Amino acid sequence: MKLEELRFGTELLKRGFASMQKGGVIMDVVNAEQAAVAEEAGAVAVMALERVPADIRKAGGVARMADPARITEIMDRVSIPVMAKVRIGHFVEAQVLEVLGVDMIDESEVLTPADEQFHIDKSQFTVPFVCGARDLGEALRRIDEGAAMIRTKGEAGTGNVVEAVRHMRNIMGEIRALQGKSTQEMMDRAREIEAPAGLVLETAKRGRLPTVNFSAGGIATPTDAAMMMQLGADGVFVGSGIFLSQNPQLMAKSIVEAVNHYDDPRTIAEVSRNLGEAMKGLDIHLLKPDEVLQYRGR
Amino acid sequence: MGVRTGVLDLQGDVSEHIDAFRRALAGSGLSEGSEVITVRRADQIPSCDALVIPGGESTTISRLIDKNGMRRPLEEFRGGIFATCAGLILLSKGVPDPRVKPLGLLDIDVERNAFGRQKDSFEADLAIKGLDAPFHAVFIRAPVISRIGKGVEVLAEVDGAPVAVRQGKHLGLCFHPELSGDTRLHRMFLHKITS
Repeated sequence: MKLEELRFGTELLKRGFASMQKGGVIMDVVNAEQAAVAEEAGAVAVMALERVPADIRKAGGVARMADPARITEIMDRVSIPVMAKVRIGHFVEAQVLEVLGVDMIDESEVLTPADEQFHIDKSQFTVPFVCGARDLGEALRRIDEGAAMIRTKGEAGTGNVVEAVRHMRNIMGEIRALQGKSTQEMMDRAREIEAPAGLVLETAKRGRLPTVNFSAGGIATPTDAAMMMQLGADGVFVGSGIFLSQNPQLMAKSIVEAVNHYDDPRTIAEVSRNLGEAMKGLDIHLLKPDEVLQYRGR
Repeated sequence: MGVRTGVLDLQGDVSEHIDAFRRALAGSGLSEGSEVITVRRADQIPSCDALVIPGGESTTISRLIDKNGMRRPLEEFRGGIFATCAGLILLSKGVPDPRVKPLGLLDIDVERNAFGRQKDSFEADLAIKGLDAPFHAVFIRAPVISRIGKGVEVLAEVDGAPVAVRQGKHLGLCFHPELSGDTRLHRMFLHKITS
């Protein structure tokens, strides 16, 4: 076995990496100390950011990729995978993250979009991508562009799970609705939702998305996380919910255990005791239209 | 005879392992009377003939083994264990990283993420002892085996480093046979369990 016979950056390696994250919690962190807390709590990966989404909302202005120095500091500190976000369509930010060696790139609506027409052509990269979606059509368009993992968009930085629930129910419901259809009807449906016919047929056949599907965007408590798992998520991203809570260490551990025991209310009750204050949430209906992040990307 | 295979369902690619074992059991003519179950509680462990510790994050699985009271039942388990990637790390004796507490059931030491980060993950056709044709192996942020103890048989190497080993009924792999659709290693493992 010689090293020159190896193949890198294949679809199987990208989707396989995402599969290894299943049943896990991926946590937003803004520095190496938080990353160490997340790892110690049992996170399967961390998302390296300049600010957590709730603070991005507060700060306003253009939100961009984090400082490479901050990302490498986090990579040096933990042994679990490190992910980082790029602006929708900003392929040079993605090239930079690939060079830094991050393990997965999140092409994310949480940052200010760089391109209102095109998402990144993710098939051109060795590093795998995760992308947000609100419905089946959006999820399959991202997979067609090369995304190796999908997550619900939800509404990041709100600590309000309602949009994550809406998006997960949308995706799961649309997949179930495909099941009874003839091939011809599925082709028709593919045109309606602007998704490639081949991916619609594959989804119907498997009864699930062709990639891993996580939940994100508003998960703030162990019960939120467990609910998303019961609704069919393969795992969860927790953004502001951990490090904006009163006791991040305890919140992080409790959410990991709640995901592990998502269908056991006794354990969820146990890990929800004396957690202190969760992050302060936002009512989605009070957001102005330009403050709603999920409408970014198409 | 039927084989009761339990896939440790704490974190990782559990469903891929379940599918692979179902196909392997069918391919070995063992479907009759066999079952593949997910193991989520410690009290399910002793009733299994074989266990699978899947790929995932070894730090997370290590923590959840203790949280779920599974360490003792796993250490005392008498059947065979099929361990891939993170599972192999957990089955080993020595990991030079305090974030993972291995079970010590395979007399090997391992080095985590030995090939590098995700961008260094690779696929390769591997010659494996006991298989007559190469095996398409998928290595994802994979470990390597840095020490081989007595009674441990090396089945495959990459660039001189062992990546597949057998000790008694246990099979430990640095790569992910559950991802490539080839069940020959699963069948090799089942053969050892049933003979």
